[in-house]
Order: sequence, then C-alpha cells, then structure tokens
Amino acid sequence: MSERKIGVYVCHCGGNISDYVDVEKVIDAVKGEEDVVVARTAMFTCSDATQQEIYDDIQQMGLDGLVVASCSPKLHTFTFRGVAKRAGLNPFRYTQVNVREQCSWAHTDDRLGATEKAIRLVRAGVARTRLLAPLEPTVVETVPKTLVIGAGIAGLRAAIGLSDIGLSVVVVEREAAVGGWVKEFGPLFPHEKEGRALIAQLEAEVRRRENIALFTQAEVVKKAGSFGNYVVDIRTHGKSSMTMQMEVGSIIVATGFDSYQPEEGEYGYGIDGVVTLPEYKKMLDEATGPLVYRGRPVKDVAYIYCVGSRQGEAGPHQYCSRFCCSAAVHSALELHGKDPSAHQYHLYRDMRTYGRYELMYQESREKGSLYLKFPESEPPAVQKGSDGRLLVTVRDQLTSQKEMQIPADLVVLVTGMVPRENDDLVKALKLPVGRDGFFNEIHPKLRPVETVVDGVAICGACQFPKTASESVASGLAAVTQSAAMLKQGRAELDPQVATADPELCTDCGTCYTTCPYDAISPMELPGGRRVASIAPATCKGCGGCAPLCPEHAIDLQGYTSAQILAMIDGLAREVV
Amino acid sequence: MAVHLEAEAKATDQGFKPRILVFSTNNISDPGIDLAGSAHMHYPTSVTTIALPCTSGINPEWIVRAFKQGFDGVFIASDGEECAYLTDCAERSAQIFERAQKELEEREIAPARLKMAAICSVCAEPFTKYMREFSQMLTELGPVRKE
Repeated sequence: MSERKIGVYVCHCGGNISDYVDVEKVIDAVKGEEDVVVARTAMFTCSDATQQEIYDDIQQMGLDGLVVASCSPKLHTFTFRGVAKRAGLNPFRYTQVNVREQCSWAHTDDRLGATEKAIRLVRAGVARTRLLAPLEPTVVETVPKTLVIGAGIAGLRAAIGLSDIGLSVVVVEREAAVGGWVKEFGPLFPHEKEGRALIAQLEAEVRRRENIALFTQAEVVKKAGSFGNYVVDIRTHGKSSMTMQMEVGSIIVATGFDSYQPEEGEYGYGIDGVVTLPEYKKMLDEATGPLVYRGRPVKDVAYIYCVGSRQGEAGPHQYCSRFCCSAAVHSALELHGKDPSAHQYHLYRDMRTYGRYELMYQESREKGSLYLKFPESEPPAVQKGSDGRLLVTVRDQLTSQKEMQIPADLVVLVTGMVPRENDDLVKALKLPVGRDGFFNEIHPKLRPVETVVDGVAICGACQFPKTASESVASGLAAVTQSAAMLKQGRAELDPQVATADPELCTDCGTCYTTCPYDAISPMELPGGRRVASIAPATCKGCGGCAPLCPEHAIDLQGYTSAQILAMIDGLAREVV
Repeated sequence: MAVHLEAEAKATDQGFKPRILVFSTNNISDPGIDLAGSAHMHYPTSVTTIALPCTSGINPEWIVRAFKQGFDGVFIASDGEECAYLTDCAERSAQIFERAQKELEEREIAPARLKMAAICSVCAEPFTKYMREFSQMLTELGPVRKE
C-alpha cells in the first residue's frame, strides 16, 4: 500500500459528542493507524480556529488525506472540502465521519458502546481516505440559451424573464396558438383580469423581443448532450413539417395540465346539463346576462366538488387539486353578478379556498350561495327528473342528515387538474415522474423547480396543480435557476461519477442499456478495441450500473468497491 | 419505553451483541437515520452505517465480505419509490438483494440475516424499530461465525 499522510480530527461538538463518546479514547485508538500522521480533538471542528489548524496541518505536514469525525455529512461536507481546497489538498480526498447523529446522539445511554462504535466509524473513514484518488470536477462551458417547453402563462412569462436577464430563449409550443388553458378564460381570480387579455399581453411581448424565438405546432423529440450543452431536436408540424437541431444550455419544462375528464355516468356526466368546470366557465364568460342553456333559462345550479380529485386508495388521483374550490366559488360569484336571482347549491366534501380566496367563499355565501357537505361514502346522485330538469340527491352532513333533492338546470362537476399525457417528452428529457403522474422536483422546499436532470427545471401545473399566479411564480423561480447556472458561462459538475476501466471491459454490452440517462456508450480505443465509456457530465453518480458489470470494470468514484470493502474491514475490526 | 430499552440494552450487554451493517442512501434513508439520532432515539451501538448515493449500486460482494468479517446481519435501508436517480430503483435493489441472498445460501449463511426495507427521510421511528427487531432476531440466530 502506498504511503499516505492522513490527518484525523475528532469533534467534541461542545459536548454534543464528547458527553456520550470518549473522544480522547477515539484519538488514542486511531493515532497508530497506518498512514495517520496527526490525530487531534477539537471543541468545534467547524470553528474558524480549528479550520485554520487543519489548514496549517495540511500545509506544514503535507497531508494528502483528511478525516473529520463530527456531525452528519449533510451539514459540513462543503465546509471541510473548502478547507482542503484552500490548503491545496484535493477536496475529494476528505471523508466526513458521522459520530454525532449516527453515534453520540443515538447512543446517549451507552458511553462505552458509543465510544467503541465511534472508533470503528473513524477507522472506516481512515480506510476509505487511504484509497481516495484526487478528483477534478468536470468543467463545462455553457450555452447562454434556454429552451422553454410550453407556451402557457408560466412558459411565456419565464421566456420574458430569461430575455430580461440577457439569455436567448427558444419557446416550443405543441398547439397552434400560445396561451394554454388561460387563453380560454375570461375573468380570473384574483383581480378579475381576463385570461385572454393576460395572454395577449404576454404574447405581444414575447413576439417583440429579438432574443426570443417562438415555435408553435412544434415538439421537442430528442435531447442529447449534457447540462450546459444540450442538443435538442425540435419537430414542427402544421404546413411545413421539419426537424431543427438546436444547442441550448438549460431547459425549462412548462407543459401544464389536463382537466379531469369524468367517466360516462360519473355524477351523471353524459346527461344533458351536466358539465365540467371548464365547460361551465366558458358558458359563463360568454354570457352577457342571466345564463341560458340550450334555450332554457338557468335558474338553479348545483356544483359537485372534488370530481376527479382526492379519489382515495382506489383512484389514480389521490391528491387535492387545490385550485378548484376557489375556481368554482369564483365562477359562482360571476353568476351572482350576472344573475342575482339564480340559486346556487355547492355540494362539497371539504372547502379549501385557501389564503385570501377565503374572502370569495365568504362573499358567495353573503350573496346567497348555499353550501352542503356530503359524506365521502355517500356522494350525491344526479338523474334526469320527470320535468326534464336535473335532480340531485344529497345528504347534508351538517344539518338534518336527511336526504334532500335539489332540482337543477345545470350541474357543474368541479373537475380538478390531472397530469398531461407527455410520454414522448418524458422519454426524450428523462423527466422524473412522481407517483401522481406530475413531474418531480429535487426538494420541495430547498430546490423546488430543479429536477435530478442537471439544467432541466420544471414549473407551472406540470409539477402539481397550481393557480395561474402560482404557475407564474414557479416559472420565474425556474428563470432564476437557469440564469444562475448559465450566466457564469461555465459549470462545475460533481466528479463522483461512474468510470469504466478499459483494461477490464470486454464490451459485453450489459451496461449500454442500463443507464436511464444514456451516460454509457461504446467507444473505440486507438487499437480498434471497443469498450464502454461513461460520460462524466451526463452520469448522475447513482452507481446503479456498477454491480451489473460482470467484469467489475465499473466503479463509482468516491464509493469504489475497494473503498467500501476497506470501510467494511475497518468497521469489523475488533476495537481492542 | 426508555426503561424498556435500557433493560434490553443491559440484557444484550451480558452476552452476544449482533453486529449489523446498514447500507443507507445519502439523500433519503441516511437523513432518516440521522433524524433518529437527532431525536435521541436509541438503537444498539453494534449497528454501523455506510451511506451510498443509491442502494442499486450495492455490490453483492460487499455483503458477502461483511459476513466474512463477522457482521451478523446486513440491512439495506432502501429508498423504496422515492429514489431521485432511478425510477426502477426498487426493482434494481430487489435484484441486488436476490443476488446477495443466493451468494449467502451458497455459503450456508441464513438468508434471514440479510434484510431490506424502505426508510424515508423522516423514518426515524421505523428505523429504530427495525434495528431493535433485527437485533433481537439475530440474537436468537446467534453469531454468524458459528454457521
């Protein structure tokens, strides 16, 4: 084994560790380990003073490996990588050992056991560090251009935001017209501005900008390359069908949603006069006074909420669609305005007009809307009455529990949002799809618009049901993320990726199809022999390909087989 | 419950303490295990964890090595359906699990010594419960070296 110079630092964490683990004993036990040239304790390893001490040790002793035993790696990995880097030690030759969350705090009842465990953990850390090779981040130059997929309200607004920052934008829209759902609508909550007016304003702005190219009746069919340098194929339909190839640095997906389409017979859907929420909204927006449906005045309207949402274990749509309560109440207010004498009955499971939309709910009740809560186990039934009108049967949980019959001229099924069928796009971009069918972000709080595919962000209702305002807000969040990456002109990618050893590879082909990100492909060596090659900028570093290689030619850097085996040996060794 | 745990810890102190190696994942199950510690939930000190990006990257040989080195049980704290890298992570991890069990059978190591369960990022309570139960089961099985 090559000689290494490793420094080990064990943290007291002001007592959080040293109250339950004898840190001096840990130092004594690892001091004599092969290649360990310095081992110290510190009250707080993350403090400036100790960081300086580590820095000095690296410089003066020429350390080529660093082990810090303190808190969870989720907290200070970047802190100590930074110390190493500043002092001239490759930051990937450092190991963080978790002796707080996974030792002292979990074993506050067993000082002896916790101390022994800490010794094993630190030994495993030293064993790994001994085998760590220096790694250099993959640096890629980025193309200052973003592809926006979907020209609904979120995509259009995002395109303008990117253009403002000085990035070029390509907007691709599948339909012939831009604007998505919002262009269909009249007044929207809040502020009553018409949806079609908002879209017209955004479209004019997009068309005016020289650094935005807009393609309608077009689809993204292929994506190659990696973050910063994606090459996308865009196919246009319509009059002239052609495929264009384009280089973009990042991609923002804003493909929106589909409205839930009720099954035939679901709450009477299919009977004349039973309509979905978007169908109803269209009728309302077109009416200049009291509503008329097929020549008959609409005097009684019954709304049935949660259609296609919160379906429980049985249905595919278990989530709450969030916008529909407020949208239905807003529509009711629109009708109260156009025809104050109309009777409106809202049959709901739970009303969720969250935030300031609660005020619309209150206003609708003041204007005469009646709300009846039905039990989930006993949904309302809709049938055709003998007089040709509709008859809704419902049990109101909050009053007499008696079954009531409501005659209605129109029954509005308050339908939610469902994920849009986008299989080809999902395949082309490798988008992560959640169990509910919507696209998944990396972290709902800290990285709410980024996906695991570097440089591909999601926004709007393709992520989960959102109102127009929420969609635009997430669109602008995606703009910030894209711009933050592209404005630097270069990006550093994590070098802890999979590598294939050409000496061991036999070109058996097993790994070529295993990577969902297409990071592995055959490559010809100078001698003509073909071996597997893994693109470092495309590899996500999951390591899923490694155990599938029959020749053990694939290793995940930072987690190589040799390193993990050494850690296992380190953990297993008897303490005394 | 604390009293019960202490009693259990003392009881195992007397004799055999089964050694358990846990493979966790950096983004999902390791934070869950961290949370158990942050909440000062106790589990045996003979449990030690190695964190990886994804459980589908576990080489079955690592598991074999752990038993060879005297670990009495190996627990794969997988991501279930939550893995951010691979949509088929659960299937891939299940295949690794099966391959490892075959290897153990060939070496006449009881397959029950290898366990896998999904641990989410807030699964502190389930994790400590798994560790207590697994430890109990391995205590009944006895040390791996005797097999």
